[in-house]
Amino acid sequence: MNTRTLELMVGLFVAAGIAALFMLAMSASNLSTYGGDEGYTVKARFDNIGGLKARSPVSAGGVRIGRVTEIGYDMAGYEAWVTMSIDPQYNAFPIDTSASILTSGLLGEQYVGLEPGAEEEYLTSGSVITLTQSALVLEQIIGQFLYSKGDE
Amino acid sequence: MVDILLNRIQMLGRTTLDGFARLGRASLFLLEVLSNLGGMLKRPGLLIKQLFSVGVQTLIIIVVAGLFVGMVMALQSYYALVDFGAENSVSVMVVLSLLRELGPVITALLFAGRAGSALTAEIGLMKTTEQLSGMEMMAVNPIERVVAPRFLAGVIAMPLLAAIFSAVGVMGGYLVAVELLGLDAGAFWSQAQENIELIDDLGNGMIKSLVFGVVVSWIAVFEGYDCTPTSEGLGRATTRTVVYGSLAILILDFVLTALMFGK
Repeated sequence: MNTRTLELMVGLFVAAGIAALFMLAMSASNLSTYGGDEGYTVKARFDNIGGLKARSPVSAGGVRIGRVTEIGYDMAGYEAWVTMSIDPQYNAFPIDTSASILTSGLLGEQYVGLEPGAEEEYLTSGSVITLTQSALVLEQIIGQFLYSKGDE
Repeated sequence: MVDILLNRIQMLGRTTLDGFARLGRASLFLLEVLSNLGGMLKRPGLLIKQLFSVGVQTLIIIVVAGLFVGMVMALQSYYALVDFGAENSVSVMVVLSLLRELGPVITALLFAGRAGSALTAEIGLMKTTEQLSGMEMMAVNPIERVVAPRFLAGVIAMPLLAAIFSAVGVMGGYLVAVELLGLDAGAFWSQAQENIELIDDLGNGMIKSLVFGVVVSWIAVFEGYDCTPTSEGLGRATTRTVVYGSLAILILDFVLTALMFGK
């Protein structure tokens, strides 16, 4: 094997190692923008988002139609803001669609569920969903249950 | 009767002293190798050649092993987690165990078997056929010329191989979890990203693989250089590289894990 091939192979090996490190770093930190299929974004306000995270699924009727892209907290209204990106083919949700934060299974991941309304107008990019239901926080429910039992 | 007993005790003493003598020789040898690393600057070609035989030629076994380890990890953790409705955590399980443990450890074990044994056999045969003494006759330092490039190549190749192993393993896990078991691709990556720290998990895994690289390469070149110059001694030295190398990896892995992750 001549020197050129040898050096070429070693160069490829080192490059592959660095690429592997890079790929691991991307999948381990929040740098990546995986699945960047262009959809339209809508926002929703919630009192409590529970364990919702950026990149959690958004679904309607159990079908995944988009992702949560950003989560923020609004100091003016003391509410959480959830920005989500809906896939472009699902572009006919009425403007009075409601959003709730649901859990898949008892202890599973949390996601945003959309329930379509009845208006003629549709949600577009930048729309705000006003009808929202917060996440059910297990500790609060148990707490309420215990209090109500205690009153009896 | 007493004679036999005394002989046994003497043998025990001799073995212990031999062990310490070997350890001392190995340490002095490592110092000598380290002090001769500078010679590589004059002849980078030597290092490239060793990187090829130690790194590139180990690549195939690492890629295949990584792929299947990742796939089986995804399958097994899916069966365990699906009962709790936590099957979306498969990615966390796969990526975390690959980065922290399996990547560095299995890569190092394969590396000891594939590259370490080859290093020992090569250097040992050079010693047995008196090529090393020949070099000394010609005023060429065999440590600088033969041992140091092999040692450094092992140290450089090991973290790269571990990174490739982990990356391929993650892809194998992705294949099984998403394509075969039908988990959500976004949940796979988002769960991994939410739960895995760049420095704590990836960084510490890389430190582990670097330490393993130093230890395995050290054992391999020392066993070759220190072997009894007969065909039998050469065989024994090669075996010792794999056995001691593997044991050192597993013991060091526990120590490093306790130091890094045990808080």
